[in-house]
Amino acid sequence: MRTIHIDQIVKTIEQLCIDANYYINDDIMEELNKALKTEQSQIGVDIIQNLIKNALMAKERKIAICQDTGMAVVFMDVGQDVHIVGGNLIDSINEGVRKGYENGYLRKSVVGDPIERVNTKDNTPAVIHFNIIEGDRIKISVAPKGFGSENMSSIKMLKPSDGIEGIKKFIIDTIDIAGPNPCPPIIVGVGIGGTMEKAAILAKKALLRPINKRNDLNHIKEIENDVLKKINMLGIGPSGLGGRITALAVNIEVFSTHIAGLPVAVNISCHATRHADATI
Amino acid sequence: MKYSIRAPLTKEITCNLKAGDTISINGYIYAARDAAHKKMIELLDEGKELPFDIMDQIIYYVGPCPAKPGAIIGSAGPTTSSRMDAYTPKLIQHGLKGMIGKGLRSKEVIDAMKAYSAVYFGAIGGAGALIAQKIVSEEIIAFPELGAEAIRKLTVEDFPVTVIIDCHGNNLYDIGKNKFRKIN
Ligand code: SF4
Repeated sequence: MRTIHIDQIVKTIEQLCIDANYYINDDIMEELNKALKTEQSQIGVDIIQNLIKNALMAKERKIAICQDTGMAVVFMDVGQDVHIVGGNLIDSINEGVRKGYENGYLRKSVVGDPIERVNTKDNTPAVIHFNIIEGDRIKISVAPKGFGSENMSSIKMLKPSDGIEGIKKFIIDTIDIAGPNPCPPIIVGVGIGGTMEKAAILAKKALLRPINKRNDLNHIKEIENDVLKKINMLGIGPSGLGGRITALAVNIEVFSTHIAGLPVAVNISCHATRHADATI
Repeated sequence: MKYSIRAPLTKEITCNLKAGDTISINGYIYAARDAAHKKMIELLDEGKELPFDIMDQIIYYVGPCPAKPGAIIGSAGPTTSSRMDAYTPKLIQHGLKGMIGKGLRSKEVIDAMKAYSAVYFGAIGGAGALIAQKIVSEEIIAFPELGAEAIRKLTVEDFPVTVIIDCHGNNLYDIGKNKFRKIN
């Protein structure tokens, strides 16, 4: 049994909120640079260049890459041999978010009740996903999610007979409808299988995987590659002004499902697919 | 074509702009998004005045980050315009001439733009740190209680945008996509 004080959790989450919002991860920067060579539209190339410049400026000045600093999504993989002391774990996660958004000069974008819609003014509460793992450590990922892209996401309960072609069609149609709204070039997280909520969480988790790393399963990797190729034939292009590069990557995660079902969730994210991770 | 224009606009300016033109805007524009739009429409419905004279103005759909000490404003890129669609035709009828945002607009908005010679500009979504450097002053002029959603008057210098939908209804999103589309 290892003891972890909540103060350490608060501090870690505060820093992760700030880091995730200031610094674009290397895998995304690499793909943006590659996209400069494949984009055929001049205005598309200009936009990608500006996104790269924007990321470098955010890093240098330590400011947010994008003004939509998101709703904080926190993945907590808690080792089963960890003993948390000093207070309530959920409160400490939210305290870390509160401090990170305040001290990092990040935008507060959360309303307390979805109907009454009054801003909570500190970007809490976070959306928290707990997972129990082996060991005596806690692995934390903070993934701030912007809603320009979140709003264009979709979930569908397909029939098993819809098969691979049905899955591909649903993903591509979702991107086509989204058009310019989610700030292309986008990153597409897909969850296939499980139940409705499991598919949605898988889709969100898929966005945490480096975008240059394909799924280990060969038949899933093939779907990722083929769907990406087809998405980039849609013509939407950077900022939706027309071009080759509509998406930088398609990341798919799968889970077992019911004999009667084929849930598919498509979580769209922008080039500002942010996450910062730490293990304590 | 590349143009530099001054805001507020005139009908002569807006009617000359074509979908696909790249523009740099100088002058002042107003920042307003979801909650501020809802409040503005409520004021109009009650027969009250808007918090600023909207005639010939440009509204920028943005909710900026707080400014760091020494900065004028935090990151300030465009938000998705379609959420303002329900409110926009009425504002256009009251004189609004330009909108800066990102993403699709409804038929009702485009019809109002054609009828009143208004223009829809796109700024680069996701480039908020870069765009903020083009804003040289910021003043909250209404609804401060809305925080990031308060109405702000912004002075801009060489603020870069592209004409997405012109006052004849030409739409760069359709034109651009059709040029590069290879799938049905
Ligand atoms: S979709 Fe992404 S890049 Fe676009 S405004 Fe939202 S967070 Fe920023």
